[in-house]
Amino acid sequence: MSEYRIQGATGEWEVVIGLEVHAQVTSNAKLFSGAATAFGAEPNTRVSLVDAAMPGMLPVPNMECIRQAVRTGMAINAQINKWSRFDRKNYFYADLPQGYQISQLYHPIVGEGSIEVQLDEKNPESLKTIGIERIHVEQDAGKLMHDQHPTMSYVDLNRSGVALMEIVSRPDLRSPAEAGAYLSKLRTILRYVGSCDGNMDQGSMRADVNVSVRRPGEPFGTRTETKNVNSVRFVMAVVEQEAKRQVALIEDGGTVVQETRLYDPDRNETRSMRSKEDAHDYRYFPDPDLLPLELDDAFLEACRASLPELPDAKRHRYETALGLSAYNAGVLTADVETARWFEVLLAETAAKAKKSEADVAKQAANWLISELFGALNKLGKGLDNSPVSPAAGAELLALIADGTISGSIAKQVLEKMLETGDGAAAIVEREGLKQTSDTGAIEAAIDAILAANADKVEQYKAGKEALFGFFVGQTMKAMQGKANPGMVNELLKKKLG
Amino acid sequence: MTNITDLGIAALRDGVAKGEFTATEVATAFNAAVEAAQPALNAFIVTTPEKALEAAARVDADRAAGKPLGTMAGVPIGMKDLFATKGTQTTAASKILEGFTPQYESTVSSKLWDAGAGMLGKLNLDQFAMGSSNETSAFGNVISPWRRPNDTAPLAPGGSSGGSSAAVAARIAPAATGTDTGGSIRQPAALTGISGIKPTYGRCSRWGVVAFASSLDQAGAMAHDVTDCAIMLEAMAGFDPKDSTSLNLPVPEWTAGLSADMRGKKVGIPREYRLDGMDPDVARSWDDGIAWLKDAGAEIVEISLPHTKYALPTYYIIAPAEASSNLARYDGVRYGLRDLPDGAGLQDMYAATRAAGFGPEVKRRIMIGTYVLSAGFYDAYYTQAQKVRTLIARDFTNAFMDVDVILVPTAPSSAFALGEKSADPLEMYLNDVFSVPASLAGLPAMSVPAGLDRNGLPLGLQVIGKAFDEQGVLNASLALEERAQFSARPEKWW
Repeated sequence: MSEYRIQGATGEWEVVIGLEVHAQVTSNAKLFSGAATAFGAEPNTRVSLVDAAMPGMLPVPNMECIRQAVRTGMAINAQINKWSRFDRKNYFYADLPQGYQISQLYHPIVGEGSIEVQLDEKNPESLKTIGIERIHVEQDAGKLMHDQHPTMSYVDLNRSGVALMEIVSRPDLRSPAEAGAYLSKLRTILRYVGSCDGNMDQGSMRADVNVSVRRPGEPFGTRTETKNVNSVRFVMAVVEQEAKRQVALIEDGGTVVQETRLYDPDRNETRSMRSKEDAHDYRYFPDPDLLPLELDDAFLEACRASLPELPDAKRHRYETALGLSAYNAGVLTADVETARWFEVLLAETAAKAKKSEADVAKQAANWLISELFGALNKLGKGLDNSPVSPAAGAELLALIADGTISGSIAKQVLEKMLETGDGAAAIVEREGLKQTSDTGAIEAAIDAILAANADKVEQYKAGKEALFGFFVGQTMKAMQGKANPGMVNELLKKKLG
Repeated sequence: MTNITDLGIAALRDGVAKGEFTATEVATAFNAAVEAAQPALNAFIVTTPEKALEAAARVDADRAAGKPLGTMAGVPIGMKDLFATKGTQTTAASKILEGFTPQYESTVSSKLWDAGAGMLGKLNLDQFAMGSSNETSAFGNVISPWRRPNDTAPLAPGGSSGGSSAAVAARIAPAATGTDTGGSIRQPAALTGISGIKPTYGRCSRWGVVAFASSLDQAGAMAHDVTDCAIMLEAMAGFDPKDSTSLNLPVPEWTAGLSADMRGKKVGIPREYRLDGMDPDVARSWDDGIAWLKDAGAEIVEISLPHTKYALPTYYIIAPAEASSNLARYDGVRYGLRDLPDGAGLQDMYAATRAAGFGPEVKRRIMIGTYVLSAGFYDAYYTQAQKVRTLIARDFTNAFMDVDVILVPTAPSSAFALGEKSADPLEMYLNDVFSVPASLAGLPAMSVPAGLDRNGLPLGLQVIGKAFDEQGVLNASLALEERAQFSARPEKWW
């Protein structure tokens, strides 16, 4: 149970949220035509006769899009409907060439499923299961451009007919944080499955946010739907703003009207787009150009066999088989690219060390999360454009493991690697950063330091053992960090008696 | 030597193959006939004599080079203006598509050109194939070549494939394509004394055919006789991956399989088609047909198709529902007519464009279709109609467990005069009463000429077959044709 409450003038209010997420299906071609789908092409260069709804043109389902929807359904443990059907949603708009959108109202391809979200990333116990009502596939519309001409609007049909999955949650969400966590988790799953790239800034994923408020324990209130919200942060903001608006409205004696709203990120507010009275009558009916979609067991089996290890399973494995902390496992599995990067790093590191992956996993995970993420962050980069590859990272870790360099030198080496793109060994060699285990050199340095700090030696011998660290630090400094720390410790202890 | 324009597909093709005449001579003769008849009959929306000649020249060159010739080689045909033809205006007889020139060729027309046929022009039709008399065309009525004796009143050539029926009946085209949604091949064929077949739904690709009602639309052949229809349909049919509803089955060799021997076959006569107040000439012609098939060796069986009376209302819910959605794409945004009044916004442009572009019958059906799909009425109309459609199809399935084909009249009367029924849409819709049930069930059906009525006008008989059994339909039709000995022709007045 979420404890999130809106404090109104008359008491507490609970927020009820459901999300309809539109996810563009990863596919080279559109849902019902052979036209390409690449983002960012010149306007109207990705348009077939079917997409432009020329007379006599007919839709033919692209089975790759269907396969992706089925795989997505399987990834959320949903019921897959072996028999589904496409319906026409009729309305006129300039970005909708057919005058109808081919969608699935009555018989969606994917039925009920669910995903588990962790509400607090520090607390692995803070889990909540969010129900998913259905996933259906449908065509995207084109795009109107209003800034090309003083009096006319132009239409770009590149997106017209691109396959979308509409993923409809149950009204199970109770706070902005839950809505955000759900959307993030859904995005994670889609990216693992490979059915949507999840690029919210390119419009590949966008959410319609349904919000209502009620007194805790009472029946659902009237909901509003805020359309096309395109980031996790904005979804959370919409929930918060819309809930506050509704509470204020009700407490002022007004009533919430069922309506479609838009979010204005600049002013952080939602505003009315059209009310239920203006709502279209979409006149849904089965598309007579298409036969019902019937999926056989072999198709479903192939879909299932092609599913990768999913985030929850991977996270569990990282904790149990690799011995990682819950936090580290969560960080490493939150995005499929991070997990892939980590797994290559892990394999290379284990191979170089001739150890099992479990034996090197903690070292690799700590380095990736504490060292590389921080360093990349400073450069404004991510793993996807990291100048350091997993293999290069493994090379660096191997140098630490075999005592060639110390951990602190490793930080310097990583900086040089990011700067130059060179390998760790080459940098260590070139810069003379190799750790020294030359007892003579270390002993000489220690002798000089003990001589120069006779007073501290006295205090140490008198029982102030905390000074040991000071001697280590001074020695390392004198050795420019290249002394083998174990050896420094050993020699210091011997000399200090 | 006989007049070239009196010949049908088989005779023309064989004559060209044997060198009795060249394909170019054939095209030239028909081009001249088209040109001479066009002012009077208005069968074409555009004529394309150059296309007919180009195709003929290719056939003549192939023949000279000793290359194999197609099954339609040297035969120029009329193309109903519902089929998209690359580079040639395609209008569906509507102002909203006037001037529209597709950059693509429909699958059916492509197949015909590949078989060696040439195009005389784009044939007139009822606007968007909605009508039974050709009176809804935006490009003027087609006039039937037939007239009542001592009467010059212009008669309807039937519809919607009225340009096709008039052109073939007048012998200005040896054959023509048609499309049939509720009878648009069979009824005009019956009214003009020619043969026409609508195959099983899915036999001919709908790709590139301007859609009226997707679940019903089916292309077919209109020609002099059963054999010519078989040859042409064979050239048109076949699986098309671009049409999801296309049948993935090989095309049988219907022409080779033709046989008028009906021994061992059972012919069903549905009692529900014998309507009260049936035109006595139509009833007599049906009896003639029964006798002819019996003579051909068939056993006649009375059958029942109990839901027949619901077919017409069912059709007039489903077809307009689909049409209202199919025709939404004609919005003035991308092609065709755009009416943009001063200061108009998007909604105004839609309204002005569609008001100016669609004719009254098209608007009527869009409104009916929009109504039956709207919230609150959907279940009462559309859902109910789909259920009844299933029952109608089941009637046929049950009947065909007993019989091989069904024999009924094609239309309730012979040709009527222009204007006679256009004032009352319901009376016009009744023209489809015998043809609509087979359409709803997706079954192959054919009309063949059976004789003349008291006014000297042709009547047709309709053979309905099992799904995929075009052969059975063609064979029973051939048995009728051989016995009807129909040789009447309209007297040339144009």
